[in-house]
Amino acid sequence: MSENNPDKDEQTSGTKKTISLPISRVRLIMKSSPDVSSINQDALFLTTKATELFVQHLAVSSFNNGPGKETNTLSYSDLANTAEDTETFHFLTDILPKKILARDYLKSLEEMQEEEADF
Amino acid sequence: MAERPEDLNLPNAVITRIIKEALPDGVNVSKEARRAISQAASVFVLYATSCANNFAMKAKRKTLNAGDVLAAMEEMEFERFLEPLREALEVYKKGQKGKKEVSEQKRKDKEKKAESSENDKSREDEEEEEEHMEEEEPADVENEAEEEEVEN
Repeated sequence: MSENNPDKDEQTSGTKKTISLPISRVRLIMKSSPDVSSINQDALFLTTKATELFVQHLAVSSFNNGPGKETNTLSYSDLANTAEDTETFHFLTDILPKKILARDYLKSLEEMQEEEADF
Repeated sequence: MAERPEDLNLPNAVITRIIKEALPDGVNVSKEARRAISQAASVFVLYATSCANNFAMKAKRKTLNAGDVLAAMEEMEFERFLEPLREALEVYKKGQKGKKEVSEQKRKDKEKKAESSENDKSREDEEEEEEHMEEEEPADVENEAEEEEVEN
């Protein structure tokens, strides 16, 4: 697989790089959390690496659970379904909401209003 | 602190590459899916940070350390990441140590030379240049990531 993706990082430095996401950006995201005062180098490295593993894990799980195997595609709905169905990905349901048709939404809105009117 | 909201995004090109490498060859990942994974990754960082920070606070420490991050992974039920993370940290630490030893050695060599031949100025200058180059290397790697982002 990696043969088809020439890795630029390996060319720039002699030693094999262990992470590809920019550490500085990860630190910025971590520091945006108000309670965090400081982060040591190892913790920063581990979080960056964990984020890469997470991206892989989310993509592979969604692809394997989704219907895209025949069509060879990974779509948004595969991700939204994984977020809902897999417990470890539940924390993503807020940013990966399931898409519903406007008419279904309006219908459920109507139903809710009717229920309220019943009171 | 982040000045623009997009500062809290991870570079799309790198995220896309990680996704492509993880999936079988030839899988088409929709633009929407890529964007969603990238956002999910940012949320993951925040969630992990907050969990790790709880462990640090419990232990009355102000600085997040490797143990806090690993404990956070367990709490988030990403135990599957623990082994690869420990291995990666090992490699990373060795790399850091190697770098340290090299620069330490250089410093000692330099001191020795400075002692033995104080008037040999040209040689010292040469060494200084070498050190500058070494310092620039990590910055290059960062720049590359930034450049990739611009491409998209």
